[in-house]
Amino acid sequence: MSNLERKLHSREFVVTAELPVIDGGGHAEIMRQLAPMKPYVDAFNATDNPSAHAHCSPLAVAIGMIQAGVEPIMQLTCRDRNRLALESELVGAAMHGVQNVCCLTGDDVTAGDEPEARRVFDLDAPQLIALAHGISRGRYLSGRPVGARPNFVIGAVENHGAPPYEYRVRRAAKKVLAGASFLQLQICYRPELLERFMRAAADTGLSERIAMIPSICILRTVGGMRFVATKVPGIDVPPETVARVERAHDVEAECFDIAYELASHALAQPGVAGLHFISFRKDAGIAKLCARLGIPTRIEREIHGYSASVAV
Amino acid sequence: MSGANRGERAAGSEGFGASRAARAVARVEHLIKGPVWGCQMCGQCVLHSTGLTCPMTCPKTLRNGPCGGVRPNGHCEVKPEMRCVWLKAYERSERLPLWRGHIDDLRPPVDNTLEGTSSWINLISGRDRQVPAGWMADADVEP
Repeated sequence: MSNLERKLHSREFVVTAELPVIDGGGHAEIMRQLAPMKPYVDAFNATDNPSAHAHCSPLAVAIGMIQAGVEPIMQLTCRDRNRLALESELVGAAMHGVQNVCCLTGDDVTAGDEPEARRVFDLDAPQLIALAHGISRGRYLSGRPVGARPNFVIGAVENHGAPPYEYRVRRAAKKVLAGASFLQLQICYRPELLERFMRAAADTGLSERIAMIPSICILRTVGGMRFVATKVPGIDVPPETVARVERAHDVEAECFDIAYELASHALAQPGVAGLHFISFRKDAGIAKLCARLGIPTRIEREIHGYSASVAV
Repeated sequence: MSGANRGERAAGSEGFGASRAARAVARVEHLIKGPVWGCQMCGQCVLHSTGLTCPMTCPKTLRNGPCGGVRPNGHCEVKPEMRCVWLKAYERSERLPLWRGHIDDLRPPVDNTLEGTSSWINLISGRDRQVPAGWMADADVEP
């Protein structure tokens, strides 16, 4: 059982974070990226060609993380691989001790810098979750036995900030049915949509069946904010939030304040099991934000316990 | 049925589904469903459970609901001029008197071997409900 799975089971607060993409630089680059956030984070996402830009593969990065002494969450998208490639990637991940996987549809190739690529989408995200669940129970999709059963804890992503808003909880429920046990929510700059989603999740009992982990993005520049607002599919940034950053005297501090406000708001929602942080800064932004939110380090949480309600 | 069709079956093809008559049925099906629903002839029609909106017209050919890339105006991430297929599917399924909850069904992966065949025939024969043995299988497999 992975540390993440153990914490989710015992309903301990979890902190996950996205490792910035790795290109060249090898293991040294992984270590350098991990260092500032390592004390706070339970498990790190190894992304799968985010925004349809090619980078080091999620399995390679996940193995690098294990070698660096941290727990990976290997993301897999449906965009670049058919079902055979997804199955071999999952079984390969299990071989190297990767236990946390997160299955998502993936941004379309048109979002990236190689829009001429062929999109695959042989499966969709709920089907990929079911596939991973089947493998963790010992079967390939064909029914052929895998051998020693991998023990995956399977995550999913839902974008509560994209229409149809009222349907998102039902789609997340479908992912639970397929075998997902944690849900990393997409970055969202409209807190009222998180409230709406979490309320519906509580009303339908969904937040009892899957660990809800909202994502918080720490930006640093006006350009970064404009990129998220205009180029990342499915993220709706209100014009006043963009204007707030554009007008700011200290842009970095303003971006940090926005992240803090969204994180505080997320922590106040009923049923939140943890937070997922995304920072494009190669500094200690995530550690600084955790400290300001009152989230203790991983070791402190493990020794003394922590409940999110203390932070707000 | 002609001798040639029986010959096809004997050669190990898919019985009636691969016969000349079946291909004629598929052509008729496409003539009707193509103009009305943009049918892509996946051969495993789920229109009734998707508010009579063909999920194969989604650029990502998703079978289980909208991706996270839907734009704030409800349009498609890939084709900004087009309204999200799944948004339409959801809205229409809520208005349909029948099959309303079916949109929440977990639909299995597309069987690509059925592409171009008639979903009507596959419905009658039950072929469209065949799923791989490992799909949502209940029991754990011990090595």
